[in-house]
Amino acid sequence: MDLTPLFHPKTIAVIGVSLSNDRHPANVIYDKINLRYPVKVFPVNPKGGQIHRHPVFKDITDVPGPVDLAVIAARSVHVPAILKGCIEKKVGGATIISGGFAEVGRTDLQDKITSLAREAKLPFIGPNCLGIYAPDRFDTFFLPGQRLIRPEAGNVAVVSQSGGVLVDQMVKFKAQGIGLSIGVSIGNKALIREIDLLEYLAGDPATGVIAFYVEGFGPGEGRTFVKAAHQCPKPVIVLKAGKTVAGSRAASSHTASLAGDYAVFSQVMAQHCIAEAKSEYELLAFCEALSCYQETIDGRVGIITASGGHGVLAVDILSDLGLTTPTLSKSAQKDIYDRLTPSVQPIASVGNPVDLTGSAADEDFIGAAIGMSRSPEVESILLLILPYSPTLSPELGARLSQIYQEEKKPMVAYVPHENKYKMLIEGFELNNIPVSDSVEGAVLMTESLRRCQPC
Amino acid sequence: MLTGPISDILSASRDIGWVLEPDAKQVLKSAGLPTPRHELAATPEEAIRSAGRIGYPVAAKVVSPAVMHKTEYNGVALGIVTDDDLMAAFNRFERMDQFRGMLVEEMVTGVELIVGATIDSQFGPVILLGIGGIGVELYGDTAIRMAPLTEKDVRSMVSQLKGRRLLQGFRGAPPVAMAPLTDLVIRFSELIMDLEKQITSIDLNPVMCTATGCVVADARIILAGKR
Repeated sequence: MDLTPLFHPKTIAVIGVSLSNDRHPANVIYDKINLRYPVKVFPVNPKGGQIHRHPVFKDITDVPGPVDLAVIAARSVHVPAILKGCIEKKVGGATIISGGFAEVGRTDLQDKITSLAREAKLPFIGPNCLGIYAPDRFDTFFLPGQRLIRPEAGNVAVVSQSGGVLVDQMVKFKAQGIGLSIGVSIGNKALIREIDLLEYLAGDPATGVIAFYVEGFGPGEGRTFVKAAHQCPKPVIVLKAGKTVAGSRAASSHTASLAGDYAVFSQVMAQHCIAEAKSEYELLAFCEALSCYQETIDGRVGIITASGGHGVLAVDILSDLGLTTPTLSKSAQKDIYDRLTPSVQPIASVGNPVDLTGSAADEDFIGAAIGMSRSPEVESILLLILPYSPTLSPELGARLSQIYQEEKKPMVAYVPHENKYKMLIEGFELNNIPVSDSVEGAVLMTESLRRCQPC
Repeated sequence: MLTGPISDILSASRDIGWVLEPDAKQVLKSAGLPTPRHELAATPEEAIRSAGRIGYPVAAKVVSPAVMHKTEYNGVALGIVTDDDLMAAFNRFERMDQFRGMLVEEMVTGVELIVGATIDSQFGPVILLGIGGIGVELYGDTAIRMAPLTEKDVRSMVSQLKGRRLLQGFRGAPPVAMAPLTDLVIRFSELIMDLEKQITSIDLNPVMCTATGCVVADARIILAGKR
């Protein structure tokens, strides 16, 4: 099935709009597409009439011209008939927002629409989902635009079984300055499932990183998914929910007892080079770091800090995760020393961490970053920036990013996320250097670069 | 492909729901996995003759469809060196429910590992490697991978174990030979790919590993559709 019309529609029909209730999900979707997005949209309701002076079509087959995407937000019992209309109209794809299917026991209704669509080769997302969010292009969320937190367009795709988790991730993406290529809430995933989206997104030029929120795979489906992810040239991140099994299963063998669902899940992910995020926080850190860097490291990290304490904290967290902070060679240390300002030279330590002290100026960070970028002992640089000192300027982020552009050694920065440091943070983020609001987050970002390479 | 003897043994064991140890050993042997020398004895005299052929010390184990967890039923006697002790073990086992004989087996020693398999609902056949013996569930020091395995998978499983130093020559002991261990785990993973539909889980526990090789000292095969 070709998923392109689903994700790149030029024309959209919203089926199920109310003629009297502007807050009906279908109306919210119709209004926002109509007012805000560069696509042509048609409202459909069997009663006909008008909404906001636009004609309402009685049937999708009455819509003039081809329809790429049908957004279906009518009651579940009507969906089979609506889908038949979409098939007749040769719609490119559908998003079924409506609930009232397998999640409430109506597997019969779900099976019916699935077999209809499969036979007609009509791809649909859902049912019981929010559908698709494509920044600046279109979305099918029944949440008013003014309520949504809208991340910028970027290269991270998020596929989520839960619509709520997806919307919440978008809030965090926005706060962290992570750009979204597409967000898909797949709901009951009756037809289009994780594996289909993995295959589609692997070939999507706008997507560089693919993140999944997964509650579980169907029988045998996990095997297909991990094999495909292993072949995928883009980083794949998975956050698994439902890690604990309520109650204990009576197992007759040690293996069955030890190889619980989550133990298997987690280790099979690692075996296939899929980055497993253990929490939403890790998911965010991994998405941000991998959206900036595709290169991988073995785990040798250099630290440049304006505070000795932060350097020690970072070393502790790094070593807990099995990353190392090797001491720089004598020549690298001398090179860094020579690049420091005269007032910092006598008080700085240049081993690793390179502690520039609270007196550090922009030039000291820049000198240390150049020296460390050229030092083969480390593969990536962790910058711990405490922007409290008057000698550090808001331009530091952009200036350090420039060093990455020239030297190509990945950098990750910690900067406290306060509004007054925004310019410093954006100096990094707009230039593709990931920034975390905590030392731990910055370490997690660094750790994600250690992802295993598909063989 | 599943060879004749393996599929015959599995079909014959279907009523019990799991495979008796002598049969399980036969399955493993057919798949090219090393097992200790063993004979099934129906009488004390047969047991003594078997011990004579195998040579003391031997292990004696009860064979009964009612006794899956032999250790918990006191159905194992290790390190037997005399005919009298062998007879005593036979007399004890003979009284157990559904006694079908006594397995007389060459005693093997080494670092105790568990090599296991289960059919995961999402990922299909998966293989587990861990520090074995009776404490296996207590320590839970295991690594799991999706079958079939490559050499690289086995290497990474070993390096994931907290007890890996036991294999690398701990406290003066010679290190465990990695090539035979790797070969055993890979062959086992290939066997499991063939048995996916027939089994729910398998424990090879313990697998005894030394500087010269690995031997499967005990095996439990749980069949699908039962238990």
